[in-house]
Amino acid sequence: MATTTLTPAASTYRSGLYEWITTTDHKKIGILYLLNSFLFFFIGGLLALGVRTELAIPGLQLLTNEGLYNQFFTMHGTVMIFLFIIPILAGFGNYVVPLQIGAPDMAFPRINALSFWMLPLGGILLLMGFLTGGAASAGWTSYAPLSEDRIGAAVNDAAGSGQDLWIMALVLIGTSSILGSVNFLVTIFKMRAPGMTLFRMPILVWTVLVTSVLVLMATPVITSALIMLFIDRNYGGHFFDPATGGNAILWQNVFWFYSHPAVYVMVLPAMGMISEILPVFSRKPLFGYRAFVFATAGIGALGFSVWAHHMFTTGAVYLPFFSLMTFLIAVPTGVKMFNWIFTLFRGKLTFSTPLLFALGFLSMFLIGGINGAFSAAVPVDFALHDTYWVVAHLHYVLFGGSVFGVMAGLYYWFPKMTGRMLGEGLGKVQFVLMFIGFNLTFFPMHQLGLAGMPRRIADYAANAGWNDLNLLATVGGFMIGASMIPLLWNVFISLRAGKIAGDDPWEANTLEWATSSPPPPYNFDRLPEIRSERPLFDLRHGRTANH
Amino acid sequence: MSGSSQSVLTTGDPGHAVAEHNPVAGLAHDSRGGISNPILGMLLFICSEIMFFSGLFAAYFSVRASTTPWPPVEPADIAEHFNLHSEPWFAAILTVILVVSSVTCQLGVWAIRRDDRTGFIRNIGVTVVLGIVFLIGQAYDYATLGFGIGDTTFGTTFYTLTGFHGAHVFGGVVMLSVVLYRGLAGQFSSRHHDAVEASSLYWHFVDVVWIALFSTLYIL
Repeated sequence: MATTTLTPAASTYRSGLYEWITTTDHKKIGILYLLNSFLFFFIGGLLALGVRTELAIPGLQLLTNEGLYNQFFTMHGTVMIFLFIIPILAGFGNYVVPLQIGAPDMAFPRINALSFWMLPLGGILLLMGFLTGGAASAGWTSYAPLSEDRIGAAVNDAAGSGQDLWIMALVLIGTSSILGSVNFLVTIFKMRAPGMTLFRMPILVWTVLVTSVLVLMATPVITSALIMLFIDRNYGGHFFDPATGGNAILWQNVFWFYSHPAVYVMVLPAMGMISEILPVFSRKPLFGYRAFVFATAGIGALGFSVWAHHMFTTGAVYLPFFSLMTFLIAVPTGVKMFNWIFTLFRGKLTFSTPLLFALGFLSMFLIGGINGAFSAAVPVDFALHDTYWVVAHLHYVLFGGSVFGVMAGLYYWFPKMTGRMLGEGLGKVQFVLMFIGFNLTFFPMHQLGLAGMPRRIADYAANAGWNDLNLLATVGGFMIGASMIPLLWNVFISLRAGKIAGDDPWEANTLEWATSSPPPPYNFDRLPEIRSERPLFDLRHGRTANH
Repeated sequence: MSGSSQSVLTTGDPGHAVAEHNPVAGLAHDSRGGISNPILGMLLFICSEIMFFSGLFAAYFSVRASTTPWPPVEPADIAEHFNLHSEPWFAAILTVILVVSSVTCQLGVWAIRRDDRTGFIRNIGVTVVLGIVFLIGQAYDYATLGFGIGDTTFGTTFYTLTGFHGAHVFGGVVMLSVVLYRGLAGQFSSRHHDAVEASSLYWHFVDVVWIALFSTLYIL
């Protein structure tokens, strides 16, 4: 395979600001998604550091009233979920999916641009709450009737416009997701290159497909819930107010009907990304490609039948069913663990940064999966509900899983996006800092939860026995924060003077590496023949036999 | 639309010989056969709209199930207006208007499929007018019902469901108006009318939602 060793055609990406604002090129939009998401990642991270600083020692120090603390953790959760993890995975999908299926762009380029530009707008709306007398503070779950409170109480001032801005922002971001999912589905179904059959699609494309179905079917339901909440708050509606005939549990049902599938929206594409990375860095095909595809589809289907496991303690849901379904969904997830482990098994491993982060995903997501399966048991859940155990669990899945996956993907595709490699040394420093910091922060939270520490409290008694572990978690939190410094420095110096990547620096398998780095606006001059799910491997090794 | 974006990859255009013998010939204008991108996009978007209304309907039935009797009888001076079952006639007329508009919309689609532009424009024009009549009728209904959105869970669910349906009718009217405008400008033919097909699908969807709403609110 001829490799382009010329200076990357960086001019493609250096055109003016106007070009970036008006672009409909999926690659530029993908990069915009990444930039926007990282911006909100840092905002959400600062909010998290505020929370951790407050909790480092007993007493109220930094956030001098509980209301402000409530705003901090509410906005941390909302920003991280709706403005970081979901959009950044959509961003990788945007950049990579059309390339991997050999398409010149997404099916609807202008709708693609619209989907993106709704995000910064939604983010600004959301954060505006801090400037208009208090951001939303009812938690990212915004349970009714707490979120319906319009009369400013001393502690919870959901009364402010912050909660309304939160609703509007989420409707906007949700609409962005829905349009994006339609775009992905049409692109994947209709725009594949000749020879790219469904079962020759890269795993990332499969995970984006299933994710898009989840987004398409689940997001509108939370939009309806948000609108009902808005009507209750602003037009005297009675959906969620039990005092006037409404039903508070209804909010939890419609909220989790979206928000549980959303968990898979937040992790499936990351699973897809590491499924691209593990085979490349162990010089083997993915073990059990078809099993992986069916497991992904299985997670997507089962994902709609487990939402009420967030509501065991309400006493209003049928416990055996939702408990059983929750245990069941661990099965396809377990299948994937085997796919990944046997991909690595006897592979020729190169421990580059993408593989390190992918291994981070694997190990941390395993812990998140195991402690999740604990909570699926109803009696255990009754004991652990709303304790720090839950905080530990969700961060092991969403940070230990998704964020490590995102970092793996960033190091893996940065050369394709920019034409230059990210530095390996700084990458490893970042990985070590992040991995240790992450475990220091979130592992102690298991113990804190078992010791009875509830979520969402600004302060705790000095004699509760939670002091040391909280301090440890705070130290870990700042280590995670510090791990962003090598990343930013790495991106900065690599853009200026990083090693030239060439077309295919990793000797990878999928089509995005068959074009230049960065690719031209139309993506491909010509495509290699597609006879398996690894067309570039076939090309390198002259394999002509049919798959 | 789809043809140009795929031109890099498609080798040769099988043309419409394929489309005519295809089971979805009416919908298909894709050079590779099958359903075209805009129509598939619209069908998927309608899936998400179905889920949106499912959320609202779920809320309605949940609230209704936990309220006895339904419709509520308190407060008495407002609750006397809640008995929609006894006088569904005005809403029934609106239902007929919307169903007829779906028929005219489809007649417009069939007309453009056989290159009958006059028939197409007439039928879509009638559809737009019927859609506007429906919206005016709904506004009149709102003004005379005698209860508001804040009047018990009945008022809240009634106005939320019908209001969001009305918003979708408005959206459909806007879409069909654009189609009409483009039709008058001569932009559609039997080979190029994805926008017509997509808008008509949306319009039928809005119609079906109203039939479900009418059945639920006025009959069930």
